[in-house]
Amino acid sequence: MTRAQPLIWLGLSALALALFLSAGPLAKFPDSWVLSPTDSMNDAMNGFVAVVGPLFKALGWLLEWPVAAAQMLLQALPWAVTASILILLGYIASGWKLAVFTALSLFYMAVIGYWSESMNTLAIVLISVPMAVGTGFGFGVLGFYSDRARKIIMPMLDLLQTIPAFAYLLPILILFGFGTTVGLVASVMYAFPPMVRNTILGLRAVPEEIIEAGMMSGTTPRQLFWKVRLPAAQRQMLLGVNQTTMAALSMVIIASIIGGTNDIGWEVLQTMRKAQFGESLLAGFVIALIAMALDRISHGFATKTREIEPTGPNIWKVSALIVAAVAILSLVVPGLRVWPETWIWNPAPAMNDALEYVVINYREWIEAIKNSAFFFVMLPIKIGLSNAVSPFTWGFALTPILKAVYAVIIAVPALWALRKGHVTAASLIVLWGVVSYIGLTNMPWLPLYLILVFSAYVTSGRGLAIGAALGLGFLLIAGVWPESVLSLYLCGVAVMVAFTLGTLLGIWASENQTVSYIIRPIMDTLQTMPLFVILIPFVMVFKIGEFTALLAIIAYSIVPAIRYTEHGLRNLPDAVLEAAQTVGCSRWQLLTKVKLPLALPAIMLGLNQTIIYGIGMLVIAALVGTNGLGQQIYIGLGDGDFGVGMTAGIGMAVLAMIADRMTQAVSRRRQEQLGLRFDGV
Amino acid sequence: MSCRNVWKVYGQKPEQFFDDNNGEVSDATTHADKIRNADHIVASADVSFDVHVGEIFVIMGLSGSGKSTMVRCLSRIVEPTAGEILLDGQDLLSVSQKDLIEYRRHKMGMVFQNFGLMPHLNVLDNVAFPLEVQGIPREERRARAQAMISLVGLEGREASFPRQLSGGQQQRVGIARSLAVEPEMWFLDEPFSALDPLIRRQMQDEFLRLQRELKKSIVFITHDFLEALRIADRMAIMRDGAVVQIGRPVDLILNPVDSYVKEFTNDVPSELVLTARDVADPTRTFATGMGEATAETSLADLLPQLASNEAGVIIRDTFGVELGGVTARDVVRALAGKGQEATS
Repeated sequence: MTRAQPLIWLGLSALALALFLSAGPLAKFPDSWVLSPTDSMNDAMNGFVAVVGPLFKALGWLLEWPVAAAQMLLQALPWAVTASILILLGYIASGWKLAVFTALSLFYMAVIGYWSESMNTLAIVLISVPMAVGTGFGFGVLGFYSDRARKIIMPMLDLLQTIPAFAYLLPILILFGFGTTVGLVASVMYAFPPMVRNTILGLRAVPEEIIEAGMMSGTTPRQLFWKVRLPAAQRQMLLGVNQTTMAALSMVIIASIIGGTNDIGWEVLQTMRKAQFGESLLAGFVIALIAMALDRISHGFATKTREIEPTGPNIWKVSALIVAAVAILSLVVPGLRVWPETWIWNPAPAMNDALEYVVINYREWIEAIKNSAFFFVMLPIKIGLSNAVSPFTWGFALTPILKAVYAVIIAVPALWALRKGHVTAASLIVLWGVVSYIGLTNMPWLPLYLILVFSAYVTSGRGLAIGAALGLGFLLIAGVWPESVLSLYLCGVAVMVAFTLGTLLGIWASENQTVSYIIRPIMDTLQTMPLFVILIPFVMVFKIGEFTALLAIIAYSIVPAIRYTEHGLRNLPDAVLEAAQTVGCSRWQLLTKVKLPLALPAIMLGLNQTIIYGIGMLVIAALVGTNGLGQQIYIGLGDGDFGVGMTAGIGMAVLAMIADRMTQAVSRRRQEQLGLRFDGV
Repeated sequence: MSCRNVWKVYGQKPEQFFDDNNGEVSDATTHADKIRNADHIVASADVSFDVHVGEIFVIMGLSGSGKSTMVRCLSRIVEPTAGEILLDGQDLLSVSQKDLIEYRRHKMGMVFQNFGLMPHLNVLDNVAFPLEVQGIPREERRARAQAMISLVGLEGREASFPRQLSGGQQQRVGIARSLAVEPEMWFLDEPFSALDPLIRRQMQDEFLRLQRELKKSIVFITHDFLEALRIADRMAIMRDGAVVQIGRPVDLILNPVDSYVKEFTNDVPSELVLTARDVADPTRTFATGMGEATAETSLADLLPQLASNEAGVIIRDTFGVELGGVTARDVVRALAGKGQEATS
C-alpha cells in the first residue's frame, strides 16, 4: 500500500487537473443524482410531531414551571441576598480571592444594568445543571456496570458532542414549540455527556485495593457503591459537574437565539444585530464573567482538598447567618432590594463613539489588513490561484508564462524531495500545487471526494475510509456538497493558521516561563468565554464578513493548539531529557531532536482539538455572514425548516468525525511507537 | 483455616477443566499445563495448606507467583474456580453471598499493600468503616475505632486524611481498620512492601508485638524471603501458582526441596538461621571460663559471647540440659561449610 500511495496521489492530482481544465459536466455532481432528503425529512418530522407533538408540548409545559419558578425567585430576591449567597459560595469554594472576583463580577452586572437579564440566564442554568448532572450520572453508572450499555452510550455521546449546538435547537424547537423549554432541553442535552464520561472515568479509576478493602469490610453490593466507589470517585465526578455547568451555560446562551427569553444572550444578539457594539460588548462581558465565576466556583468545589476538620464554627452555618442578616437588612433598605436606577452607569455610547473614531481614522490600515489577507490567502485557497490572481486583486493577470513559473515553483521542491527519497512527500507537494491552483470550491467533486476518502484510509485504515466514503456520500446525495466544501475551506484555513501559530506559541511558552504566565490567563478566558462573545470585538473592527469569521475561529481554536503543545513539551520523561543533555545536546538540538518528536502525539491531539473547536465555532461564525453548512443550519433554524437544518447539522458532524478520527489515529499510532501514553491536558 | 486443592483459572470458560468443585486432580502439574495450553491463565494451581490457630503463616513468592490471588481466594474477593476453603469446619465456597458478607464482617480482616484507605474519610472514620457498614451506631464505632488507633500508636492523627500521612502511618491505619472488627483470621497482603527499608523494619517489629498481644491466625503475603524468615512460624513458597514447599523457615533452609527454594536460601546469612543447637558439639563438656547460651540462640547472637570467652560457650536447652559446647572455631567451620555448599 505504501508503495502505491504516491502513485495514487499523483493519479488523483492528474484527475483533478484534467476534470478542471476540461470544465466538462463531470466537474459538478449531477443534479439528478441529488436525492434532496430535506423534503422527506420534513414530512417525516411533521408526521412524527403530529403523533407525539401533544406529548412533547405537555412535557414542555411541565418543564416550564421549574424555570419560571427559578426566574421568579431570582427576580424577587433582593440583589443583595443573591449576591451575598454567590460571594459566600465563592469564598467556600476557594477562598477570598474568588469571593472578591465574584463580588466584582456581580457589581459589574448591576452597574451596567443587566442584573435582571443575568438572573434570567442563571435561572435556566440553575434548573438545567441538576437535570443534566442527574441524567449524566444515571447513564454513567449504567455504562460503568454494563459493557453492552457502554457500547451504545459512548457513540451516542460522540454524536451529541460533534453535532453543532445550533443543530440541536431545531428538532427541540419543532417538538416543544417556542419558549424557555427549548433552551432548557437543549442545554440538558448538550451538557450531560461530559457528566457521563466523568462518571465512568471516575468510577473506573477507583483503585482496586480500595474496592477490595470495602469488600473485606463486609459491604453489601449497595454499600460498596454508595459508601466506597462513589465517594472515592467524587473528585472526578465533580469535575464532570464543572464541565456540565459550563456546557449548560454556553448552550443556554446559544439557545437565546430563538428568542423570547429576555436573558443576557438575547441582549448580546439584539445589540449585535443593531450594530450597537458598545452595548453588545458590555453584555458579552457579563456572559464571560458569569462563565468565569461559575467555572471557578464549581471547579473550586471539585478540587477542594479536605483539611483536618476545623474546630471553629461550621462555615455553612456562618454563611447562612450572614445571608439571613443581609435579607433582613434589605427589608429595611430599599436600595438593597432592587438596584436603583441612579446607580446604573452606561458607558456604551461613549464606547461606540470611540470605536467609530478608531474605525474612521484607521480605516486604511484595517482595510489593508483585511484585503491582503483576503486576496492573498483566503481567495487563492477558496477559488484557486487560477481565479484569484487577477489585475484587480494581485495587480497582474495569470499569463501562461506565470503559469509555467508556478509549475516550476511546485516542481522544484517535489523533485528535491524525490531525490532525497521522500516519494510520498513529493507526490503530496504535487497534489498541494494542483489543489491550490484549482481552489477548493472549484475542485471537481470526484477527485476531492477520493482524496478525502483516501486520506482517511492512509491515516487510519479501512474502517474509517468506509465511514468517510459513506458520510461524504451522504453530503453529495443530500445536495450540500458545495456548502460542505465552503465549510471545509473556511475551517481549513482557520485551522492551518491557528495550528501553526498555536504550536509556535506553545513551543515558546514551554521554553519561556514568562510567556507561559502571560498567555495562560488569556487562554483560560478564551476557553470559558461563550462562543458568541468572541465574535464581538472582531465584528466591531472588521465588520461582517468571511475575514471576521476567520479571525473568530482562529481566536477560539488556537487555544488547544497552544495548550497541548506546551503541555506535551513540558511533560516529557525526565530521564530522556537528562540523557540528551548528558550527551551534549544544545538547547536547540534538545528541542528539535528530542522534545518535539516525543511531544508529537500531544501536538497531534492538539490539532485534533483545534479542528473540533474550529468546527464548533464555524457554526457560530455563520452569524457574521459566512456561507457553508453553518449558514444552512442558521437558515434552517430561522425558517423552522427541519430538513435543511438537520442535513447541514449532520453534514457538519460528518466532517467533524472524519477529522477527529483521522487525527486521533495518527496520534495514537505515534504514541504506540514511542511507548508513551498521553490522555489529554 | 484450611485450604484444599484450590484452583483459580482465568479465561473464557474456566469451569470446563473441573468435573466437580473440589478441585482434586491426579496430577496437578500436567493438569495446569493442560489448562495453560487451552489459553487460560492459571493463577492458583492445586493449593493446599492449613493455618493453625494463633500462628503466622507466610506465603512467599515472586511477583506473578499467584500469592496475592491466593490470599484473595481465602476471603472470596477473588472467587476460586475449584477447591475447598474450610473455616471452623464450614466450606466458605459453599456459603451464600449474604453469609459471606457476614463472615467478612466478623471473622476476617485484611491489610493491603497500598493501604486501600478511603480517600474521603479521615483516619478515625477509615478505621470505623467496617463497623459503619455493619450499622453500628456512630458513638460506639468511634469509640472502638479510637481503641484500635491507640493500639497502633496513631493517637492525635484521628482527624487527618490519608494523603496527609506518611506511608508507615497510612499502613498503621490499614492495620487498625483490619483489626477493628476483632477478626479471627487476619490477612496481610505484602503490607510493608511499599515502605522504606527502615520503616519496614519498624513495622515488622510492631507487627510482631501486636501479634504477641492478639494471637490472631495470620496469613501473611510477602515477596521478601528475609521478611518471611523474621516473622513466619511456618511458610509456603509459591511458584507459577503452585506451592513448592511448606515448612518452618529453618526446614526450608536446611532441606530445600529443589533448586528453586535453594536459590532463596542462598542469600540468607547463615548466622541468622543456624542456632547454637545446630553447631553444639556434644563431646565438649562444661569447663570453667566458658559462657552459657540457650539452644535457640542464633549464631549471630552467639558471636559476642565467643569473643569474650575464649574457651567457648556451653549450650543448654530450655530445661537446662547440657547439649554440648561451642567454640569460635566450630562456628567458623559451620559457616564456612555452609558457604562452600552454597558455592558448589
